[in-house]
Amino acid sequence: MNKNTPFIAVCVALLVGLVLPLATGASAPGFYVEVLLGGLMAGVLYSLVALGFALIFKASGVFNFAQGAMVLFAALAVARLAERMPLWAAILVGIVIMTLLAWFIERLVLRPLVNQDPIALFMATLGVTFFLDGFGQTVWGSDIYKIELGMTKEPVLVLQNLFQGGILVNGEDFVAAIVAAALVGGLALFFQYTPTGRALRAVADDHQAAQSIGIPLNRMWVIVWAVAGVVALVAGVIWGSKLGVQFSLSQVALKALPVVILGGFTSVTGAIVGGLIIGVGEKMAEVFLGPVLVKAFDLAGGGIENWFAYVLALVFLLVRPQGLFGEKHIDRV
Amino acid sequence: MIYRENGQFKSSYAADQQMLPIGQDRVFMVALLVFVFAVLPAVLGDYVFLSLLIPFLILTIAAIGLNLLVGYCGQISLGHAAFMAVGAYAAYNLVLRVPQLNFLLVLVLAGLVAAAVGLVFGIPSLRIKGLYLGVATLAAQFFIDWVFARVKWFTNYAHSGSVQTAPIEMFGWTIDSPVEKYVFLLSLLIVFTLIAKNLVRSHIGREWMAMRDMDVAAEVIGIRPVYAKLTAFAVSSFYCGIAGALWGFMHLGAWEPLAFNLTLSLNLLFMIIIGGMGSVLGCYFGAAFIVVLPIVLNQVPAWIGFPISTAMASHLEFMIFGALIVFFLVVEPNGLARLWAIGKEKLRLWPFPH
Amino acid sequence: MSAMENDRAGRIGGQILAVEGVSLAFGGVKALSDVSFDVREHEVRAIIGPNGAGKSSMLNVINGVYHPQKGTIRYQGREYHHMDPHEVAVSGIARTFQSLALFKGMSVLDNIMTGRNLRMRSNILLQALRIGPALREENEHREVVERIIDFLEIQAYRKTPVGRLPYGLQKRVDLARALAMEPKILLLDEPMAGMNIEEKQDMCRFILDVNDEFGTTIVLIEHDMSVVMDISDRVVVLDYGRKIGDGTPDEVRGNQAVIDAYLGVSH
Repeated sequence: MNKNTPFIAVCVALLVGLVLPLATGASAPGFYVEVLLGGLMAGVLYSLVALGFALIFKASGVFNFAQGAMVLFAALAVARLAERMPLWAAILVGIVIMTLLAWFIERLVLRPLVNQDPIALFMATLGVTFFLDGFGQTVWGSDIYKIELGMTKEPVLVLQNLFQGGILVNGEDFVAAIVAAALVGGLALFFQYTPTGRALRAVADDHQAAQSIGIPLNRMWVIVWAVAGVVALVAGVIWGSKLGVQFSLSQVALKALPVVILGGFTSVTGAIVGGLIIGVGEKMAEVFLGPVLVKAFDLAGGGIENWFAYVLALVFLLVRPQGLFGEKHIDRV
Repeated sequence: MIYRENGQFKSSYAADQQMLPIGQDRVFMVALLVFVFAVLPAVLGDYVFLSLLIPFLILTIAAIGLNLLVGYCGQISLGHAAFMAVGAYAAYNLVLRVPQLNFLLVLVLAGLVAAAVGLVFGIPSLRIKGLYLGVATLAAQFFIDWVFARVKWFTNYAHSGSVQTAPIEMFGWTIDSPVEKYVFLLSLLIVFTLIAKNLVRSHIGREWMAMRDMDVAAEVIGIRPVYAKLTAFAVSSFYCGIAGALWGFMHLGAWEPLAFNLTLSLNLLFMIIIGGMGSVLGCYFGAAFIVVLPIVLNQVPAWIGFPISTAMASHLEFMIFGALIVFFLVVEPNGLARLWAIGKEKLRLWPFPH
Repeated sequence: MSAMENDRAGRIGGQILAVEGVSLAFGGVKALSDVSFDVREHEVRAIIGPNGAGKSSMLNVINGVYHPQKGTIRYQGREYHHMDPHEVAVSGIARTFQSLALFKGMSVLDNIMTGRNLRMRSNILLQALRIGPALREENEHREVVERIIDFLEIQAYRKTPVGRLPYGLQKRVDLARALAMEPKILLLDEPMAGMNIEEKQDMCRFILDVNDEFGTTIVLIEHDMSVVMDISDRVVVLDYGRKIGDGTPDEVRGNQAVIDAYLGVSH
């Protein structure tokens, strides 16, 4: 048996699961495409959060549990600031705040813990999570806030000639997807072609070697955490405008973890592809698998999307621990 | 001066491996036991038992369980509250469906069920290490949360999904009043502390620590990672399962779905980081801290004339927890237990430090 | 000196371990190509070679940490395609590490006790209650460990966390842990690296004593040529993952390929 057989089996199962509702006629094609698109939209947001996570992991080797808390914090900041100033100004101030936050984290958390084992650093980000959750709600308040992007929330019917009854699409979702894609593209260019980007890649490859050729490690960390903070802000604003800014946002953002497992920890591509897979997967599972399960086991409601991403990541860890795009790790003795 | 060990020689390996090798410590321990069993029940009021001591005792058991896995075996878990949930619901169903069962037996069975579930979710630890495992345990958290919220059989088809318990009766003794609960829980905690202490200084404990410190070297001296990691998962979930059952029956009494959610899991982690990873004593400190801090935050500002809202207090609590985690990781990664040990070391030499 | 050497020569028995045609690669990087050599019972066998020659990889193959793509390992008459670390340990091969691989969070005593783990049989319940066989076992094995502690002269550090010991002593604890397994073959990966001259002398004495007193077969990687030439019976030389020489120290010293690749640098 080939070593990759279980992995391939899982991928095939996923694909089969994806087309099954359509093939069995359990769903009208139009509705199916709607669900698919909805999943992709959610997936784009997961990708964004996961992207911030992967950036930090690559550049500083820190497994940043606080990425979700950063999303919530940034969204809260923008929502409350936007009550007093125009949205664009609120976002700019938000970016400044996230940069300051990155600076504080580098100073107070990363620098003192440099060269500690990864577990200690991870725990420290757990502390940052606790702190940001509390601090954010102390400073900005703990109600549900709205972010108005000034776009219509009315769904539009499109492709009426292709599918019977047409497809309901949310205009805001499309804008969100475009913004996210632009951000990802911009980051890719930044990493590939600017001196800072090159330095960051060097740091990601080997901290000590990068330091020895004069790359200021501490400043690089601030930059990468700030970039991750901005990515979190974008994700938070888009998400906040969809669902409202509230505490549960940080739990939704936690789904970045299964996303990076799926995609491979160090891979930016992996974060994006993984996000889309998880987004589509859990929507499909909720809509098509949920009712089947509820009926079969007499459940008190669906809600599979609460765990689907994590269990999928778990399965992936078993069949392909390095994820889709990650590098295989060799232990040296 | 009083705390010196001159003249206390050990003449056998057994004596050298005692839990409390210093004579004064043994005297202190006896005094402490008398105090907690005889004096405290006589002088304290119900409020202290209900809101401080009972949660403290149960959380300590859970923290010891988590510490065996994280602090001793080096396998991170972000989902241990899920195993508490398994224990709680297992106990609920056992009491409901087999009412003649003795509660002690119910506890052990609940622990075993949790251990079995823990084993299943520990299997990924064989292929993945460290932080990846954290995500696998998150799967346990969310999946188990969901199971108990949705599968009606577990909650006996209760409409709201919440379950209720009756006071426990065993050997003709109804454990009803706060003092009785306290005494019962305290005895259990002592038993579980002794068991944990025994495990970590036996060869199974050394296997766990070897896996934690240097897994390749551990394999090379013949330690099987499968066995070491899975036993750690099983024992740890056993502890948490029992703690969960106690939390449900003795502390909450009635609980809703999601009573054992991610926040509780993270709080457990918080306890062992603050208390001290790889220290049984540290679990006591960590649990005490997490029980006392919210109460202090709710009361103290009012006493000093700055009353704050409950919401504010809970936000402050989060901030303090977070800051303390970072503080301890930076300043004293071994937690309060290490500070305690340093204090004792100083006391051994005091007042003549040379 | 010569009397002792004769003694040892007399004790050296038949082949106990043989590596045949082993090749190992990581991705595109070849660590070992077609390496064969054998080890005889009770001998001190050295593996030498420049940095990156594949010496540690060789030990890792014998140990089962790495699985070679090609070749076989013959051990005690049985042939293996690759070894499994646990089986290797059970069958009596112990090892020390080049970069220290001690259990940092544990005391010296506990570190050495882990070497006895394979022989400890009481189940988890007995250990939890610490009664009967579990307690007896603990004390019996403690006695064995105490003898090793005496032998390596580290009595004073029993309860010290290994992380706090100086480097030379940590190396000794590493050796003690391996000895606690009472191995038939002891693999030593640069046991004297980074030591000063006195520490090296001590370590040499320990290694020879182990070889003499317990009859343990020793496979040793070492950079210090004078040490290798003094204490080993036969030497195998690796360079870029290939074997370029094999024989007694004198033979190896005269081998032109070896001189070119390795000794030539220092002579």
